[in-house]
Amino acid sequence: MADGNRTTRGRVLVVDDDSALSEMLSIVLRNEGYDTQLCATGDKALAAFRDAKPDLVLLDLMLPGMDGIDVCRQIRAESGVPIVMLTAKSDTVDVVLGLESGADDYVVKPFKPKELVARIRARLRRMDEPGPESLSIGDLTIDVAGHSVKRGGETIQLTPLEFDLLVCLASKPWQVFTREVLLEQVWGYRHAADTRLVNVHVQRLRSKIERDPEHPEIVVTVRGVGYKAGGD
Amino acid sequence: MHESGYDGPDGPVLPRGLWTHPRRWPDLWRRSIQVRIVAGTLLMSAVVVFLVGWVMMNQVTEGVLQSRRDGARAEAAAEIRGTQTELDATDPTRMSIDSLLTQIVTANANRGGGGLFDVALLVPTNAPSPSTTADRTSKNVDASSVPAELRAQVAVDPDAKIWDTYTEVRYTDGRAPLPALAVGGRVRLQNEYYELYYLFPLVQQQQTLDVVQRALVTAGFLLVILLGAVAWLVTRQVVTPVRMARRIAERFAAGRLEERMQVRGTDDLARLAISFNQMAGSLQRQIRQLEELSRLQRRFVSDVSHELRTPLTTVRMAADLLHESRDDFDPVSRRSVELLQNELNRFEALLADLLEISRFDAGAAALDRDEVDLRDIVHRVVDGSRALLAHRRAPLTLRLPDEPVTARVDQRRIERILRNLVGNAIEHSEGRPIEVIAAASDDAVAVAVRDHGMGFRPEEAALVFGRFWRADPARARTTGGTGLGLSIALEDARLHGGGLDAWGSPGEGAWFRLTLPRRDDEPYDASPLPSRPPDAPKPSLVGELIEVGAPYQKLTDQEPS
Repeated sequence: MADGNRTTRGRVLVVDDDSALSEMLSIVLRNEGYDTQLCATGDKALAAFRDAKPDLVLLDLMLPGMDGIDVCRQIRAESGVPIVMLTAKSDTVDVVLGLESGADDYVVKPFKPKELVARIRARLRRMDEPGPESLSIGDLTIDVAGHSVKRGGETIQLTPLEFDLLVCLASKPWQVFTREVLLEQVWGYRHAADTRLVNVHVQRLRSKIERDPEHPEIVVTVRGVGYKAGGD
Repeated sequence: MHESGYDGPDGPVLPRGLWTHPRRWPDLWRRSIQVRIVAGTLLMSAVVVFLVGWVMMNQVTEGVLQSRRDGARAEAAAEIRGTQTELDATDPTRMSIDSLLTQIVTANANRGGGGLFDVALLVPTNAPSPSTTADRTSKNVDASSVPAELRAQVAVDPDAKIWDTYTEVRYTDGRAPLPALAVGGRVRLQNEYYELYYLFPLVQQQQTLDVVQRALVTAGFLLVILLGAVAWLVTRQVVTPVRMARRIAERFAAGRLEERMQVRGTDDLARLAISFNQMAGSLQRQIRQLEELSRLQRRFVSDVSHELRTPLTTVRMAADLLHESRDDFDPVSRRSVELLQNELNRFEALLADLLEISRFDAGAAALDRDEVDLRDIVHRVVDGSRALLAHRRAPLTLRLPDEPVTARVDQRRIERILRNLVGNAIEHSEGRPIEVIAAASDDAVAVAVRDHGMGFRPEEAALVFGRFWRADPARARTTGGTGLGLSIALEDARLHGGGLDAWGSPGEGAWFRLTLPRRDDEPYDASPLPSRPPDAPKPSLVGELIEVGAPYQKLTDQEPS
């Protein structure tokens, strides 16, 4: 990604009730060239989202007015925009709940600014490297350039993350991807991180593209190793 | 005499088919009050019924025979008197004594014909030169049917007194002997005494007594069985609620706190049930309270974590910003920013460790197991420690087996344990060599970290795992350890069903050994690595015998010493 004009890097909506943290996040993100919008309560978050049309949402899980999980669901219901959760709880239940409600990634407080920026960058990064124009896997046709997935003539709505995950798997059918490799290629983690991210998103992807999510045929689990794209 | 009603301890009243396995009888005897009571009742009632039956049978026999005996004696006395009169009136010269005696016997036998009695006329055994040739009896009656004792009694009695006894009539024609009453006396003929016996058959009496005896045996047997059944029913009234209480107590103990006993009526057992239920209710309340407290505690910790973490995040970000631009500051501010940054790192680590410990305390820690090769984790940990190793100038040697050291473990936790052990070793190495050793057996894997630093006293081997414990409180805190690392490591090891133990000796360094079961929670026999380093000074050397066993302290109960 080229540096270019600092203000064009993207707009981030920060939903957090802690004004000091919000302001600090603004400073750091502006420093990195992002435009920021702030929102302090959960019930105003959706309005702020519609108003700001951000490229990414930073969402605190514990919010006054409305729970971060609900905000996440609402935003996800009308947009595939990347959502990164800020959470003070790293326990499995909280994280999985957040991911299942639609968040793409999460950062556990207290985090280092660099870590947060890396997460945001990874989410805003598009698949730049030139690849095939279109892929096909199973009965799905993927238009890589046009960011759309079709079964027959019917378009399937995927979030950018789910799309990246599917493209990553479909670009090398029959190669088995470990969760660690997927974390690196799709989420941009350089070190092994939380594999729950992969599990939850594979489930969500399956629920959208599989005919029978209980018996997946497109994203197949390889026991003890990871996932691969199953074709026929 | 009669009565065989006692069946032994395995009476007919045992529950649930246990008694079909003879090897379980002793067990049943020990465990079941009901079996013991029923068996005891059977035994005691059998003895009582036997005694009562015996007495009754004696009395009935006595009664039945007495009247017959009286009649027989009177009849025999009359016969003997009649015979004597007849003999006295006979002129012995008219016929031979032999034929006279035969005639008397025949006459008597005719009178007793039709089974009334048999007659035996016997020559006294002590008679001097008997003038008669032989004993005479009714037809087919064996003379030996008259018992010798009776004959002796009759022989010594000079008078015309009569004697009697019970005997059997034996027959010469092969008929079965019959019970009989033998009554005898003496008759005199020409100064010669002859013994005259009447044998009254008791067939009818015998039949009567047989009937009575059968009735008694049957009644006694039934009585014992019924008493056993009654005992079974009565004890069941008591034992059933007791058993129910036991089952419910067991279920209660297994954690089903809502279990209660049924209360029926107001008797002792109902009161037992009421008391039991009150106890259960009280326990349940207290447990629920504790659970609620624990839940609140967890909630509190969670809330505190959020409340602490949010400002900490802000501070952290601000400090990072300042830290990045520290080169623009004057030296005092720069150093301050560096200190701020370092202490923030420590603060963060401490907070993270505290939260981890609180999760263990709350029992909220869960394992995320995978089949992994511990050698990979060791390599990762050592690679991650390169910077610190270089900084401390401590050489590190890996001694890993060629074959995989696989086990089902939570990779994140094991890596944390090993990072902690290696970090500690480097910190305390004082530049001396460090070794990391791994080994595997059939059921366990182990990794040990050895350093040759200052070590610690043997009695401190258990203390090192204590929270915030420091080898020497006066020692400068040069590094940023939280003081919770080994506590967390020990909890992590235990969570796997494994163990973590320590050996140390002042000046000799330390040896930390992590042992884990290869398969989920399957206990292992022994760690594949020794509890003390192979190069450790032997405690069995002269003068150190007193401290045998001291350097190694058992910390986990999985480890047989």
